[in-house]
Amino acid sequence: MDYVRIGRNAKVKKGISGTVKYLLLGLWAIIVLFPFYWMILTSLKSYGSYNGEFIPRLYVTDPTLDNYADAFTAVPLGRYFLNTAIFTVITTGAMLIVITLAAYAFARLEFRGKGFTFVIFLSLMMIPTELVVITNFVTITNWNMRNTFQGLILPSITSVFYIYLLKENFEQVPDSLYYAAKVDGTSDLKYLFKVLVPISRPTMVTVTILKVIECWNSYVWPRLITDDQNYFLVSNGIQEIRENGFGRENIPAMMAAVVVISAPLIVIFLVFRKQIMAGVLRGGTKG
Amino acid sequence: MQVRLEHVTKIFPGRDRKNPKDVYAVDDFNFDIPDGKLIGLLGPSGCGKSTTLNLICGLLKPTSGHIWFGDDDVTELPPEARGVGLVFQNYALYPHLTVRQNVIFPLQNLRGDQKLTKEVMNARAEEAARLVQIDGLMDRKPSELSGGQQQRVAIARALVKTPKVLLLDEPLSNLDARLRLQTREEIRRIQTETQVTTIFVTHDQEEAMSISDLIVVMKDGAVHQIGRPQDVYDDPANLFVARFLGTPPINVFKGSVKNGLLHIGDTPVLQVRMPDGETYVGVRPEGFELMTEGSDPLPEGVCPLECELTAVEVTGRDTSIVSSHPDCLAPSIRSIMDSEAASRVSGSKVRFRLKPAKVRVFDRNTESRIYDGK
Amino acid sequence: MTGNNSAKAKKSIEIFEKYKGWLYLIPALTFLGLFMVYPLIDVFVYSFEEGYNFASQSYSGTGLYNFSYVLHDPYFLQALKNTFIIVIITVPLSTVLALLISVMLSSISALRGFFQTVYFLPYVTNTLAVGLVFMILFKKTAYSDGMINLLIEAFGGRSVDFMDGPYWAKMTVMCIYTIWVVMPFKILILTSALSSVNKDYYNAARVDGTRPARIFFRITLPMISPMIFYLVITGFIGAFKAYSDEVALFGTDLNAAGMNTIVGYVYDMLYGDSGGYPSFASAAAILLFIIVLTITVINLMISNSDD
Repeated sequence: MDYVRIGRNAKVKKGISGTVKYLLLGLWAIIVLFPFYWMILTSLKSYGSYNGEFIPRLYVTDPTLDNYADAFTAVPLGRYFLNTAIFTVITTGAMLIVITLAAYAFARLEFRGKGFTFVIFLSLMMIPTELVVITNFVTITNWNMRNTFQGLILPSITSVFYIYLLKENFEQVPDSLYYAAKVDGTSDLKYLFKVLVPISRPTMVTVTILKVIECWNSYVWPRLITDDQNYFLVSNGIQEIRENGFGRENIPAMMAAVVVISAPLIVIFLVFRKQIMAGVLRGGTKG
Repeated sequence: MQVRLEHVTKIFPGRDRKNPKDVYAVDDFNFDIPDGKLIGLLGPSGCGKSTTLNLICGLLKPTSGHIWFGDDDVTELPPEARGVGLVFQNYALYPHLTVRQNVIFPLQNLRGDQKLTKEVMNARAEEAARLVQIDGLMDRKPSELSGGQQQRVAIARALVKTPKVLLLDEPLSNLDARLRLQTREEIRRIQTETQVTTIFVTHDQEEAMSISDLIVVMKDGAVHQIGRPQDVYDDPANLFVARFLGTPPINVFKGSVKNGLLHIGDTPVLQVRMPDGETYVGVRPEGFELMTEGSDPLPEGVCPLECELTAVEVTGRDTSIVSSHPDCLAPSIRSIMDSEAASRVSGSKVRFRLKPAKVRVFDRNTESRIYDGK
Repeated sequence: MTGNNSAKAKKSIEIFEKYKGWLYLIPALTFLGLFMVYPLIDVFVYSFEEGYNFASQSYSGTGLYNFSYVLHDPYFLQALKNTFIIVIITVPLSTVLALLISVMLSSISALRGFFQTVYFLPYVTNTLAVGLVFMILFKKTAYSDGMINLLIEAFGGRSVDFMDGPYWAKMTVMCIYTIWVVMPFKILILTSALSSVNKDYYNAARVDGTRPARIFFRITLPMISPMIFYLVITGFIGAFKAYSDEVALFGTDLNAAGMNTIVGYVYDMLYGDSGGYPSFASAAAILLFIIVLTITVINLMISNSDD
C-alpha cells in the first residue's frame, strides 16, 4: 500500500469538497440576499435612470434619496408605519398580559376543571385560522368595528401556543420559591409579576419578538377588516402602493417604500439574532 | 503492530479573545507501544489522553511530529486508511440498526479488491460476536441492551475488520461498579485471544493498573512515566505519579534530609543516603508499622512518627488507622495494617515506624524523585 | 359573633382560593371563546345555511348546497389545482434543498454563523414587500425584459413573460418564491437537528472508512428522520394555506391572474368585489380543513408504519 499517495489523495479530495461546499453555500446566500440588494439598489436610482437602463446596472452611479422623499409624501407611508406600530405595540402588550395570567393559572394554581380546560386549550392549537376568520369577520362587522384599531387588535390578542410555551417555562421554576414568597405574605399576583416574570424573561422576550414579527407582517386580517387607507398597516399599504400608488409605474419609489417597510424587522433581527432563531426553533420543534 | 509516537505535539489554537492562549493538549510525546500488548493511557481529565488516542486513530492530525505503525509513517493518513478499530466512550452504536447491522457496518464499507461477499461478512460478524459473547443478541436494537452488552457490541464492531490497533476511549466509565470489574477482565481476555495491540484511555488508575501490560501516566499534555504497572507503582518518577497511583493514595509530608537522616517536621524518621535538602516524603498506606511497648527498638538517631489518632476503621480484611500530623499535606493520614496490630491502639496518639521500602522521597522544588543511594 | 364572622370570612377566602385559577383565565377564555371557539362552531353552521343574505342576515334553508356550489365553481377548481401544484412542487423541493444546505452548513466551521444569519433573513421580512421585488425581477416591461430574463438570455435561453404570460411561467415564479420564503425555517430546524446528532457516530463511521454518501443515507438521514417528517407535515399544512405569497406576486385579483389558491378563494368569497358570501367561504374553508386533515393523517400513518 502506498501510504504517501493515500494521504495525498485524501487531502486533495478534502480540498475539492470543501471548495464545492463553499461555492454552493455562497450561491444560496446570493439567492437569499439578491432581492434585498436589488431593492436597496433600485431605491437609490432616479426614476429616469432606472427606466433608461434596458439592462439594469448592478451598481448605482448617482445615488439619490428622492425616492424616499416620494415614498413618504406621494403615499401615506408614514401613516401606515404609525398604524402598524400602534397595532404591534398594543396587540403584543395586551397579549403578554393575557397569556401571562393564563399560563400562571395553568402552571401554578390548583382549581377544578384545570386538566380538562388545558386539554381543550391544547386542542385549539390545531385549529387553522382560516376556519375562524370568516365568523370573526362577520362579528367585527356586526360590532361596527371595521376600520378601527379595536377591530384589528381584538382577535389577535390570545395565542394558545404562547400560553403553552410560557406555562412550560413557569413550571420549571422550583416550587420552593412560591412557598417562600407565600411565607413572606406575597400575593399571587405580586409573586407572578415580581418573581416569575423576571425569572422567565428569556421566554417572555422570545414570545414578544415572535409576536412583533407576526404583527408587523400580518396581512390577511387587516386586509379584510380595513378598506380605509387611514387604518392600513404596512402590508396592506405596500399592496395599495403596488396597485394604485405613485400614479405611474414608479418602481424606484416602490422599492424605497419596500426598503422602509422591511428595515425595522431586519434591524430587530440583526440585534436579537440569537433569541429569534432560538425562539423559532423552540416554537418549531415543540409546537 | 508496533505503534510509535515521535515528538508528537498537538496544539489547539486559542478559541477567542477570552482564551487567546494556545493549548498544548499533547506536548512532545515520544513512546513506543510494542506489538500485541495492552496499554493503558492514564491521567486526570484534561491531560490529553483522549487527544492522544484521536491522534493515533487519525481523527486528529498532530501539529508536529510523526506517528508510525510498524515501519509506515501514518501521520498524514486519514483514519479509514490506518486500519484501526475505535471504541467510543458512549459506544456510538447506531440506534436505528440492529446489533448485526452495527457489527457488519464496517465490512460493508470495504470496496474494490477488499470487497467481501455477504456470506463472508456474515461469518466475520458472527465470529466477532462470538468472541465478545453477544452472538445471542444479534437481532436486537442497541436500546434493548444493557450498558455492558452495548460495550461488547462496540468492541465487536471495532474488531470485525481485524484492525492492526484497537483503541478504547474510557471503556469502563459508563458502566456501574460491578460491571466494571467484569468488563475489564473481559477486555483483557479478548486482547489475549486476539493478540491485537490495544490502547485504552482511562482516568481510573486501578483500572489501568489491573489489566495493562504497560501504563503511560500523563498530566497536562506531558508524559510523566511509562512502564509496567508494578514498576511505576514501586518506582514513581515524581510526586504526581506517586500520588496518582494507589488506593488509598500515598501520604505526603513536608520533610527534609539533614546529615543522612530523613526528617518529617523535626522528627528524624529514617536513615537515608541522600544529599541534604528540602523534600516531600511519601509513605504508602502499607508503609506504617505501629510502635507499642514491646516493639523492636529503632535504629540510632531515628524516632517514631507521632500522630494524632482520629479513627480506627475496620473493614474485616484489614484495618485502617486514620490519624493526622501537622506536616502532612492532607488533613488525614491513612495507614493500613492487619487487624491484630490495630487492636493494640490505645490513647489519643499513635506512634509509627516507617518501612524504608514503602517510603519515597521527592525534591521539594522539582517534585522529582530522589533515589536512596543505598 | 366575631367567631362566626371570621368563619364566614375564612369560608369566602376558601371559595376564592378554589376559583382563583378561573379568575386568571378569564381574559384568555373570553378572547378564545369569542374569536376561536364560537367561530369554529359558527363556520359549520354557516356552511349548511343556504342562500344566506349578508345584509339581512337571513337564510332560506339548510343543506349541502354550499358545498356543491363551491365544488362546481370553476374558480374553486382552479384554486384547488393551483394549491395542489404548489404543494406538490414546493414541499419536496424545499425540504431536499434545505437538507442539502443544512448538511453542507453543518460540515463547515468558517463563516458558518454568517451563512446561518443570512439564510434566516427571509423569515423576518415582510413577504408582501419582498414579493414585490420578486415580481419586478421576473416582470417583462416595455423598458426592460427584467433581470431574470436577461440572465436567461445571457445563458442563451429565450425570455419568458413570467408575470403575465403562460400558466406554467407564472407557476414557476410562484413556486420559486414560495421556496425562497419557506427555506429559512427548514434550514434552521434541520441544522439544529443535525447538530444534535452525536459527533461520535460520524467519527465511528470515519474510522470505519464509510463513504460520505453512505454516511448520509445510513446514519445522518435515519437519525434526523423524525425532524424531516415534522417538516414535511408542517410544510404540507403551510403550503395548503398558501395565499399572501400569491398576492405579493400577482396582486389581490388572483382569479384574474388564474393564480388563486383555496385560501384566496375563501377570502374572495367573504370580502372584496366578489365577496359577501360567508356561506360559500365557510364551505370552502371546511373543504380545505378536510383536505389538510386527510393529508396530515396519511403522513402520520406513513411515518408510524416506518418503525
